[in-house]
Formats: sequence, structure tokens, C-alpha cells
Amino acid sequence: MTNSFSEFSKARMFLVIGSNMTEAHPVAATFVKNAVQNGAKLIVIDPRRHRLVNFATRHLPLKVGSDIALLNSIMHVLIRENLYDQEFVSTRCTGFEALSEKVGEYPPERASEICGIEAGIIRETARELASVKPVMVCYTLGITEHTCGKNNVMTVANLQMLLGNMGMEYGGVNPLRGQNNVQGACDMGALPNVYPGYQKVDDPAARKKFETAWGVTGMSDKPGLMIPEMMHGLTNGRVRGFYIFGENLANTEPDMNKVAHELKSAEFIVCQDIFETETTRFAHVILPAAAWSENDGTFTNSERRVSRVRTASPPPGVAKPNWWIFREIAKRFGHDWKADSGKEIWDTEISMLAPNLGGIKYHRIQEDGLQWPCPTENHPGTPFLHRSGNFTCGLGRFSPADWTPPAEVPDEEYPLVLSTGRRLYHYHTRTQTGRCEGLNDLLGEETADISLADASRMSIEHGERIQVKSRRGAVCVKANVTPEVPEGMVWMAFHFNEGNANWLTNAAFDPFTLTAEYKACAVRLERM
Amino acid sequence: MEQRQIVINHKKYRFNPGSTILEVAAENNIRIPTLCHLKDASPTGTCRVCVVEIDGLPELATACNTHAQDKMFVLTESARVIESRKETIRKFLASGNHNCSIGTNQERDWSLFQAKVLTDDGAEELCPAWGDCRLQDLAYQYQVQGGTSAKKPVNYPMETVNPLIIRDFSRCILCGRCIQACNEIQVNKAIRLGNQDTDPKVIAGSDVPLKDSDCVFCGECVQACPVGALVEKKSRYQWRPWDSEKVRTTCPYCGVGCQLNLHVRDKRIVKVTGVEDGSPNKGRLCVKGRFGFDFIYSDERLKTPLIRDKDRFREASWDEALDLVSSKFIEIINQSGPDALAGVSCARSINEDSYQMQKLFRAVFKTNNIDHCART
Repeated sequence: MTNSFSEFSKARMFLVIGSNMTEAHPVAATFVKNAVQNGAKLIVIDPRRHRLVNFATRHLPLKVGSDIALLNSIMHVLIRENLYDQEFVSTRCTGFEALSEKVGEYPPERASEICGIEAGIIRETARELASVKPVMVCYTLGITEHTCGKNNVMTVANLQMLLGNMGMEYGGVNPLRGQNNVQGACDMGALPNVYPGYQKVDDPAARKKFETAWGVTGMSDKPGLMIPEMMHGLTNGRVRGFYIFGENLANTEPDMNKVAHELKSAEFIVCQDIFETETTRFAHVILPAAAWSENDGTFTNSERRVSRVRTASPPPGVAKPNWWIFREIAKRFGHDWKADSGKEIWDTEISMLAPNLGGIKYHRIQEDGLQWPCPTENHPGTPFLHRSGNFTCGLGRFSPADWTPPAEVPDEEYPLVLSTGRRLYHYHTRTQTGRCEGLNDLLGEETADISLADASRMSIEHGERIQVKSRRGAVCVKANVTPEVPEGMVWMAFHFNEGNANWLTNAAFDPFTLTAEYKACAVRLERM
Repeated sequence: MEQRQIVINHKKYRFNPGSTILEVAAENNIRIPTLCHLKDASPTGTCRVCVVEIDGLPELATACNTHAQDKMFVLTESARVIESRKETIRKFLASGNHNCSIGTNQERDWSLFQAKVLTDDGAEELCPAWGDCRLQDLAYQYQVQGGTSAKKPVNYPMETVNPLIIRDFSRCILCGRCIQACNEIQVNKAIRLGNQDTDPKVIAGSDVPLKDSDCVFCGECVQACPVGALVEKKSRYQWRPWDSEKVRTTCPYCGVGCQLNLHVRDKRIVKVTGVEDGSPNKGRLCVKGRFGFDFIYSDERLKTPLIRDKDRFREASWDEALDLVSSKFIEIINQSGPDALAGVSCARSINEDSYQMQKLFRAVFKTNNIDHCART
């Protein structure tokens, strides 16, 4: 997020796109609802009429995967009607000509045919967005989990730069991160192309810096593989040893039959986890780890805030902190790592090596955490980025993109779109929430959420068991007939092994980020 | 411009227009007790615990929703004020099953009362909020005795049918904090005050159990309840403030990073509450943050390293398991080079763990094949 949660309750207008906030980020949603109660406007762009829509001033139920067409068209109107922030664009941005040319191809009448939103509504929405400054944009995986995910993100950023809503409080581009420490895992360099603090592995100076700090030579200068490439590598021997730490890939990756085949092909899999999972079935060695609240450390949330995690109780049996396990393996390779606690690892290594984290030390975050960039120990942290339109790389660069359809679209054989996500009462594959008393009682099984129109057309009763089939698999679940879902769509989650949406999803990926298209594939329903 | 001044307890204070008496007092370290007042919600004056005496006004006024005015003369602990508060507290104590044995000297009646309440509770312990009850605190502060009047019949049975929250109407004082927490803080709009003409009650929907209403079990109402009317099922009788320690931490679920207080008793988390004023959540939590902690005590936890032995796993020591991992990885590196290894880190675990894992892959194995589910 460029901005902070604390700004939500005072924002004047929100554009929430591809984010089911009340279920996936419930506490963040409370601040949005507070703002609406205090008079803020809320525009929700989402195929589903989810709970936040009850608070919206305007809901645009676009067709799945048509975001770029709609947003380009909104920008088309902003430019055509001179409603954009000309000063911000001319002094803070570059590439306006190219953007203007590209969105010129998306007059509302054309966009309307793609996204299903009336041209008049597109125009009104553009004018509404230009009527308040700043507007805060929030998005989640509805934007990124598409084969055009990267272009979706760029297009959202284009809109906010065009409106001049960057670099100020109550504005910005705010992706709500799905997992508690996905921001932190990125910051730590658990990515194939960067070291901690986003220093590039193919930059010789950065490599030298880390070799010196870690007392080694000969580190690789070529970016590594991303998860889908690793999984594929298991099938052809390119990857022979696979170390899976705290991920249930068997159930979270698209097309579970394909994933099972890949994991089964592996020569040697090490799983490090707190429970046996569907993935540990494929392991050769399973290492028992300490869980949350069994060791000391830090998480970094969506707003870049590094907060403390503390020990409440000891791990069971001989389970050990993850950092200890990695250190023990390093020792067997002849490497003697000094740091012997979360605090030591952070204070003496991480914050010394990542410039944006340099000022964050455990003694400074005993209560509230600090938001990076925080380069020095007297720096207060940074609640919002790009102050006064000063972008990291100088000028904000417009990156215009064309709309492209999802990799698999409905046809006669599979006439419905399946879109997937998370539900309130569970988290991912339920390794944790499935073992918490009470949560299974609130949500005990997966359902296929379908529209009243499709249910009535197919004579499907609410609660009836139906089959959902895609080209990759089939699941048998109860139908949840709901006004939240538009005609032509099926919506499911991936919390339960049985009825998991990922038996059906399509392993088609964004070409740059290799993010899978969890939000769109073609399915059909069958009565049993 | 002339400064506005209010006189509280014979001392003059400046104030910003629009401030309430309670706010001006708090800014100047004058403590006016409250009960129904809920931070970040609109003050209602319902409970009348915060009454103060204002010169020139025949009635006592509630400090939480009376605005400070220029030249106003306020007494916060006058004899009239104290008598009024005592009467208010006495009324609340007599209104339901408040069996915290606050200083009563009517031995026999008290025992009888207590016995009846324990029957209502189906338990052998004092009120589950004992020690963590605003009403009890006030009763001690103002030395008000409970149990002096006969036990009131319980008109609404305890609701225990949902898995997470117990609603004990026999202890509800109708202060309205839960309603505000639900409607103004979390804005879930699941509960409201009902049956107002006959016997008022906080109801969900058309007076249905929470599980059949719009309730999403965030538990904000439980955190807001100043008495023992709303209690977490998991924590009921498992927890007293004096036998547990509070550990501040960060929620393990979504990317908001809510700040939690873990209430830990005998090295076991028994209850979770939001850290009031902590960033970013300001005390708020959702159902997973508040109730999703007990997975760590599951019997199914991995407790020892396991090594595959044909179609099953056998237990192993750390040395055996780690030696096997290392020797296999060394063999693969020697035969196929370091890029034949790949690792996936965990977006749920702490920063320090991800840092160590990428360091292991880069500095030790010499490959950049390290990723996590960054983009999903």
C-alpha cells in the first residue's frame, strides 16, 4: 500500500476494485464503513454484489476480467472531458501521450460491450471520480489473479496518476495483502530476483554487498525460478530437490490434479510445517516447526508496518523455530551463522542490509510497529509514499495497457465463469482455522455460489448437491443460491480439500508475474 | 479572540468549542467515571454514571454528551453527584445476576442469591467477568453493596447455541455498548435494542440466535461489554485477569496486521482481545483474529521430524533428519548444480524465517531459486 489504514476512516472517496474486503480484510473494511457513515463516497467495482456493496454509493458489476477495458474507458472520459489533474500529469508524470492514445481506443460505447457496464454509467463514474480529491483506491486479488494481472495493476496506477491522487494522504494505490506476512516475505527477498530490501541479484554491486555481509563468494548472478517454474521443473528433473516451507501447494495452486502429478514426480521433497497437510503426503522428510506465538519475530503488514510477534507458549514436542532449522542446515554445509534469535537476526542482519529498514530495531517497535521506509534510527517511519508526487524513479511513468480476455472464456460446453477467493470464517486451506473450535461450525463445507437466474434456469434448489465441472476436474458441492453472484458466474473458495475450487481452476499465468488466473475459468453445472 | 473557560471543581480550564465536559475533564486529568461510554462511538448518556453537577441547572447532567460552555461551573464529585452515582450502581447491581459478592453483610440472603445464580449459570464459579467488570469496579469505588434486594427472575434464557459467544441476558445492564460496537465501530448492524415496550433486550435480527442473524462473530460486542453479559465461550471460566499475563502480538491471518493481546494462563492462550489504540486496528478484530488461536494446541501438531519409509513416515531425531536433508542436497548440487534445488518460503511465518531461508539458498546452496506465494 502506498498509504495507511489509519487514513481510511477520514478518506472522502474510495474506489474499491476486486476486493471483497468485509470477508478477506474485515477490520480494514470497518474503517471504510466508518468513513461512509461520515459521508464519504464509495464506488465498488466487482462482479459480485458482496457485503461492502451495501455501503456503496455506486456499484459497477463488471464482467469478470474486463477491468482494463472499464478503467481505460474511465480514463478516456477523464481526458476527453478535461477532468484529469493536468498539473500533476505535466509536472510529475511521463508517458501521457502514449496513455492518451491508448485510452482513446476505449470510448465508453466500446468498453461497455466488453465490461457490461452502460456507457452512461462509465461517464458518470469518471465524473464522480474527478469531483473529489483525493480518491483512495483499494484493490486485492481481483486485480492480480488474472493472466493480465500486471497490466491490471499498471492500469489502476495510471488512473490514480491521471487523477493526481498519488503522494498524498487519503489517496494512493492500496493493494490489501492477502497474508499476514506476504509483504514481509517480499521485503526479506524470498523472491527469485531480489535480495532483502529489493536489491537486485543481477546487480554486481548488490551481490558483492551480500557476499561480504554473509562471508561467502560465488553467489549466483542469475535470477531464479518462480513457483510455477519450480513445479514444472519437478516433472523434467530440472528441479531435483524441493524445499517447501509452510505452504500447502497441493491445494493452493491451480489445477490440483496437475499439481499432484508435479509433486509426485519430485525426487526429493522437504516439507517444513506445523501440521501434516495435503502437501506433506508427497514429502520425503517432514520437519516440525514452531508456530505463530511460539517464537519471537516480526510481521510486516500491507501498509509496510513492521510489528512484533511474541512467544506465548512453547512449541510441542521437539518442534523448533524455522530460523533455527535453516541455521542447522547451513551448519552442515560448514557455515556458522552467529545470530541466535529473531531479535539478533533482525537487528544485526536484516536492518543492516536493507536500507529502507535500517532505522527499525526491536527496541523501537515494542508497542506500535514502524512503517518503512525508515532509513535511520531517528526516522519516524513513512505512513504514505511518494510525498508531493516525488516518485522513487523520478517521474511517475504511465504504462498504458490493452484489455485482453481471460485465457479460458465460457463456451457452449462450459458456459459459466468460475471465480474464486476466500470466505470470512476460514483461511486458505484450513490447516489453522480448521483446527480452531467453532470456526468449522460456522462454515463446515464448500459451496458453489450461483445466481438466482442460473439456479432457476437449471431448476437447482438452494442447498442441493451439484457437480461443478471444468476441463481439468469436477467437484461435488452444495449450491448456494445467492443474489451476491451475477448470472453466468459461479463463485467458490479453496478452503476445503473436498470441493476445493482448485480442482477446477486453470493453470494459466500472467506472463510477467506468473500469477495464476484464479479469478476466471470456464465451468458447467450438472444436477446429480 | 477571548478564550473560553470552564470551571471544573473550582479550577479554570480552557477548551476547544464542541468538546464535551468529559473530554475537557479527561484532557486535564480529572477522572469522571463512565460505564456506557464507548470510544469512537457517539455518546448517549444512557447509564448516567458520568453525571456531574452544573451550577444553575436543576438536574445533574451526563458529562459524556453535554458540551462544555464558557463560564460553566461544574462539580464532578459533589455529594449530590456521588449519591446519584451510588443509586445508579445500586440499581444496576440489583437488576440481574451480579454475583460478585460486593461487600454485602446480609450473609444468609446473599448465599441464597448466590445459589440461585449458580443454578442459572450451570456453573460453580462466580460471574465469568469477575475481576474484569466495569460495574464491579464502580461498586468498589463507590462502596455500593450488592445482593441487598431479592434476586430478579431471569426473563430471557442464556444463549449458548452459537459456537463462540455466550449471551447471558441475566447480567445485561442494557448500557448499549455492544449495540454501538456492532453498529458504529464494526458497522455490521447485527444487533439492536428490542422489546422496548415490555422488557428491553438486545436482539439480533427479529430476536433470533446470533448464528441465524447477520452477526459475523467479530466479537467486538464481547470486547465492549463492561459486565458479564457477553463472554467468549472458549474463555468462560478459563481466565481471570490476576492469573494470566498479557502478551502483545500481531494477528497471524490477513495482511491488515491487527494488534492482539494474548491472555496467557499456564503457558496457554485462553483469550484474545484487540489492543485498544494500537495501530492499525485500534482495538478492533475479526472472527479469525479473536477466535482463531487454538490451532496451536491441536493434538495433530507435528512434534518430531519424520522420514519417509516406503509408504509411511517414521519418527526421526533432528540430527538424522537434517543430516539426510543436507546429504541429499549436497548430492544434488554435486551432480546437477545448485539450480537443481528450489525452495518456497512461507508468507505466514515471521520475517526472520524468510530471511534465513533465502540466505540459506543464496549464500549456502548458491542459487536464487527461492520464491513464495507473493502474487496470490
